[in-house]
Amino acid sequence: MGDMEERKPRILIAKPGLDGHDRGAKVIARALRDAGMEVIYTGLRQTPEMIVEAALQEDVDAVGLSILSGAHKALVPRIMTLMRENELDDIPVFLGGIIPPEDVENMQATGVSGIFGPGASIEEITNFIWGRIRGQEPGERH
Amino acid sequence: MELNDLIDEARRGSVRALARLITRVENSQDAARAAVRTLYTATGRAHVIGITGPPGSGKSSLVTELAKALRRAGQTVAIVAVDPSSPFTGGALLGDRVRMRDLAGDRGVFIRSMASRGSLGGLARATSAVVLILDAAGYDTILIETVGAGQAEVDIAAAAHTTLVIEAPGMGDDVQSIKAGILEIADILVVNKADRPGAERTANSLQAMLQLGPTGGTRHHGRMMKTPEVLASQEDQAWRIPVHRTVALDGTGVPELVELIDRHRAHLEQTGQWFEREKQRSRREVENFLLDQFMARFRAVVSSHQESKIVEAVALRELDPYTAAEQLFQTVD
Repeated sequence: MGDMEERKPRILIAKPGLDGHDRGAKVIARALRDAGMEVIYTGLRQTPEMIVEAALQEDVDAVGLSILSGAHKALVPRIMTLMRENELDDIPVFLGGIIPPEDVENMQATGVSGIFGPGASIEEITNFIWGRIRGQEPGERH
Repeated sequence: MELNDLIDEARRGSVRALARLITRVENSQDAARAAVRTLYTATGRAHVIGITGPPGSGKSSLVTELAKALRRAGQTVAIVAVDPSSPFTGGALLGDRVRMRDLAGDRGVFIRSMASRGSLGGLARATSAVVLILDAAGYDTILIETVGAGQAEVDIAAAAHTTLVIEAPGMGDDVQSIKAGILEIADILVVNKADRPGAERTANSLQAMLQLGPTGGTRHHGRMMKTPEVLASQEDQAWRIPVHRTVALDGTGVPELVELIDRHRAHLEQTGQWFEREKQRSRREVENFLLDQFMARFRAVVSSHQESKIVEAVALRELDPYTAAEQLFQTVD
């Protein structure tokens, strides 16, 4: 009997830290929705622990972080460490918001696989996600 | 990872394995079938509570408060929160976690967001299989939050032991409350946002609606027709649907709501209705799977070309839709 397999990318969009500006995160969440993805949106003021717990329970294919506060240097390494501790380091993490050019290298060194500043197009971001998760079997990331 | 390994690890308490198993079950009916087959004998322990109501009535906030209260009582809790998929792109924005931040960091709570993926009854097709998996994984209580429901999304009643219908003040006049549909499936009616103006009126009109009908309200007609013994046993069997007021934002009325839920469970168990509901659920599930099997066989036998030709004939008014369906059915027979 034929199995009607239906795979939808599941993407977590999270706002770590204390800044209260979630317009960017919502625009991305909406755009990914319109690209046919299932977007789990966490809302504002998430701790690194909350974000990683959500990524774990929701079994997401990618995690997008929106940070405008300048606290990325503290938040991102912590999130990446927790991802590793929970054996979620195979899940790509991408970053949006205000990341100064001089920090990009540092951020990449933490394991972040994509950084999208204010000029990035929606298409760039969706292409990045599709590129990252294509070719994987459902639930077969290891 | 192999499905069987995921099942084993999920039962041993691995959250990662549980989460991945759920994804597999959502994506593939073969996986759902295999997982349910393996786990079914380990299910039937959890109290499954459905929470439904219109968008914005406060379902997610109330689910959060309920989960907190259940945790205080020492129970483990799993939450399945369903949001709608876009009928155009198939995408979905699952935002129920936004209201559930208070539950973060508690290993006794598992939250899973789920897209409806085209199902129209307020749940997703895979919801029942996912609930069985959570049951087998050992969660004491499973809270299912439906898609924001209007009037007719009543699938939850068959999926849950106890159904809460949440209303908020100001959602309509008295006639709304005697329409058929969602209000009929409530085991407990909750007027949330009870600190808002109009809450009293909403509660009163719901109460009045209950008293108009034979279920849960007074039953004068039955009283006149039945012998005292029948009457007494019916009195025991009857569950009087309570109308309960809460303010989910500050937790007002939530402990009492948990008490009502416990009382409903006790009622189901004492009257044998627990098993009745299980039978109802089982029947529905078996029939759904039967339908799936039939559709799969249909797809195997009838080519999409053949089907399109008949559908076209219907569109051209050369064939009526009943006859078309009969012709297609006979091909499979």
